[in-house]
Amino acid sequence: MSDAPRPFRVLPFITPDTEPFWTGGAEGELRFWRCDECGHFLHPPSPRCPICLSKQLTITVVSGRATVHAFTVNHQLWYPNLDPPYVIAIVTIDEQSDLRLTTNIVDVEPDDVFIGMAVQVTFEEYDGVWLPFFAPLSGAAT
Amino acid sequence: MTMEIGERKAVISGIGQSQIGRRIYRDPLDLTLDACLDAIADAGLTRDDIDGLATYPGNMTTPPGFSGGGITEVQDALRLNLNWFTGGIELPGQLGSVANAIAAVAAGYCNHVLCFRTVWEASAQGDQSRSSVTPGGGGGGGYRASGFMQWMLPFGAPSAANWIGMMANRHFHEFGTTREQLAQIPLTQRANAALNPNAIYREPMTMDDYLSVRMVSTPLCLYDCDVPADGSTAIIVSRADAEPDLRKPPLRIEAVGTALRGRPSWDQFDDLTTMALRDAAAMMWERTDLTAADVAIAELYDGFSFITLCWLEALGFCGHGEGGPFIEGGTNIARVGGRVALNTHGGQLSAGRLHGYGFLHEACVQLWGEGGDRQVPGDPAVAIAAAGGGPLAASLLLRRD
Repeated sequence: MSDAPRPFRVLPFITPDTEPFWTGGAEGELRFWRCDECGHFLHPPSPRCPICLSKQLTITVVSGRATVHAFTVNHQLWYPNLDPPYVIAIVTIDEQSDLRLTTNIVDVEPDDVFIGMAVQVTFEEYDGVWLPFFAPLSGAAT
Repeated sequence: MTMEIGERKAVISGIGQSQIGRRIYRDPLDLTLDACLDAIADAGLTRDDIDGLATYPGNMTTPPGFSGGGITEVQDALRLNLNWFTGGIELPGQLGSVANAIAAVAAGYCNHVLCFRTVWEASAQGDQSRSSVTPGGGGGGGYRASGFMQWMLPFGAPSAANWIGMMANRHFHEFGTTREQLAQIPLTQRANAALNPNAIYREPMTMDDYLSVRMVSTPLCLYDCDVPADGSTAIIVSRADAEPDLRKPPLRIEAVGTALRGRPSWDQFDDLTTMALRDAAAMMWERTDLTAADVAIAELYDGFSFITLCWLEALGFCGHGEGGPFIEGGTNIARVGGRVALNTHGGQLSAGRLHGYGFLHEACVQLWGEGGDRQVPGDPAVAIAAAGGGPLAASLLLRRD
């Protein structure tokens, strides 16, 4: 473990709708609301499925595997101890082609990140919130 | 069903601008009133003629310097008697407020709408970090992010530089766009700013300068980001049949684009290599027989240089994905001899972040032939003013009789 002070992270205000997402990491689970009727995964949460308008939604665990769709290497210091450079990315969750998250790509040199890279969720807990970061999928070609 | 092009019942009759600068430490309402009175006089009107008032984003206190006051402050300061007013931020970008004013005039709610936008981000920033970024919390405390920002801030992504940087990288990946190509936006605009006495940065910029300045969020470097400024811009939208009362030949509003046909989100929008501006531009062209080939002047939002590239593509000056080759070398977008003169005042990158309204002001300046040293030759008759990035966008197609 590094002795470096932990970065400051702004945390989300958690609501009943978002609580399963932001706390799923406690069980190592990446979770989204999913429509019982048509199978669509929702993000962000909404009271109805935006595709078929059903209200029958269930929290569903996904594999945690994703693909880097877009990324940037941030070089600006925005927060105490969140030292640049670090990678901000939009990843596409494997289960649905338009299910995206903005996240950080971790456990890899920024210069080695590429669009199309296979990644796997990894959680870090900050004050009861499990932030979903993504790391290169072990065993995947890089 | 035939489509009624209601925006043609409205015209632009006058423009005004305050002092513009970095950290001028003037009361933002003072700047606003300077711009408003300048615009009213430019139109040949008096404040008694103004019966509509429109602004973006309305009165708000954060981010610091982002708003110089709202409807209430200006109405009271000028003792205006209003039939109609609007101020707010949930609009198709900054020029959405002008689109609202056009609609109100076309509907007959009012005769002359004073539209204004004021920023004082340079003074609000002082010697601190960039004021238009609100990281939230800052070193502890109990702040928690909600709404859209909850999906960005925990990942150290508080700035549009991060969000637009991802889009730009995706564009580079899909189409082979390069930093040397993108550089032509800031380089071209700096050359234009050298001819604009009101621009903030006027000294020459070279490709070496661009490639050696510090990176902010790849592929965007410092010179891809606009410069915080203090200043106010005002525009008068009038009924077309008010022409006999006006001082100058009014500018026709040929078509307006305000569409948003994808998800209203910086990261969930369907195609990250374009933005809502794709939809605004498409709507605008659906409402006119003119095409990009008719346009002499393009004043296109550049909060980040990459947004301008996207506007050029969406508006049809080149195809989707062809923006890099189109701007390479800068000849197609040169003020003199280009296929279209781009951001002739220097844009927000060099003339200062007046946040959208500066583009409409400059389009009017050029159509009225008031550009002085930077006037585009050839008596330009058709111009586009467009503002917004990400899920926010509106465009106006203007022409002179």
